[in-house]
Amino acid sequence: MGFVVDIPLWGAIAVAFFLLVGASLTLIGAIGFLRLPTFYERIHAPTLGTSWGIGGIMLASMIYFTLSSQRLVIHEILIGIFVTITTPVTLMLLARAALHRDRAENDLNVPSKFRNEQDD
Amino acid sequence: MLPYPLLTLSLILMWLLLSGFTPGQFILGTLVAVFASWAMASLRPDKPKIRKWHLLPKLVTIVFLDIIRSNLAVAYVLLFGRKRGQRSGFLAIPLEIEDRTALSVLAIILTSTPGSAWLEYDPHDRTVLLHVLDLQNEDEWIDLVKNRYEKLLMEIFA
Repeated sequence: MGFVVDIPLWGAIAVAFFLLVGASLTLIGAIGFLRLPTFYERIHAPTLGTSWGIGGIMLASMIYFTLSSQRLVIHEILIGIFVTITTPVTLMLLARAALHRDRAENDLNVPSKFRNEQDD
Repeated sequence: MLPYPLLTLSLILMWLLLSGFTPGQFILGTLVAVFASWAMASLRPDKPKIRKWHLLPKLVTIVFLDIIRSNLAVAYVLLFGRKRGQRSGFLAIPLEIEDRTALSVLAIILTSTPGSAWLEYDPHDRTVLLHVLDLQNEDEWIDLVKNRYEKLLMEIFA
């Protein structure tokens, strides 16, 4: 590999479309990660990259390699599956650590443990 | 002989996807999958009970479309800032499902949908604490979780 293989025009358009969608969403997520003010808001931004960010790049890769090697290449889907099912683990770990810290400091913006109705 | 048929099947499929669909790899993959599911059996996790298989495609479709929609919504908020009146906030939702697998599927759905994050689940209160990026209407979110996802999950993992 390493050189460009001729693929049909519709294939090239589809690959470019999904690659751009995936890359742009990941970039927007990264920008959001920088710009959002609080921790709890920031955890939302990278999920763009882990949902359609990865999804778009994955689709582009599957289409390109399937067309250029003339056989079905779909093992990228495993990356998507593993990213999707492992993201909640890290996210919950980070979020609960943050909640624990904020509650220990009696931060009033964070709902306390046994008063669920409290809102800001 | 096969304590977790679904796990064994997924492992074989994963093996073949990674190493190519040949008879030799199929035999090797099957061996690995069978031994791996025996190892899993000795850990004795709760066996997930999927009652209504035919509802799974419906769930996948709903989630797939919701993820696209919320990707666009969150990208808009990140690029152009929030409209007046939009704010982020915490949201505690009481849940009825107790099945571990159903809960983890719900956590995956809510996490992979941008704009909502599953923070913690309290098994005593059976409530989940969410953080929502765009909390315009609390009832809308509660309705989304309770009626759109939880009902379907309760039917699937009854």
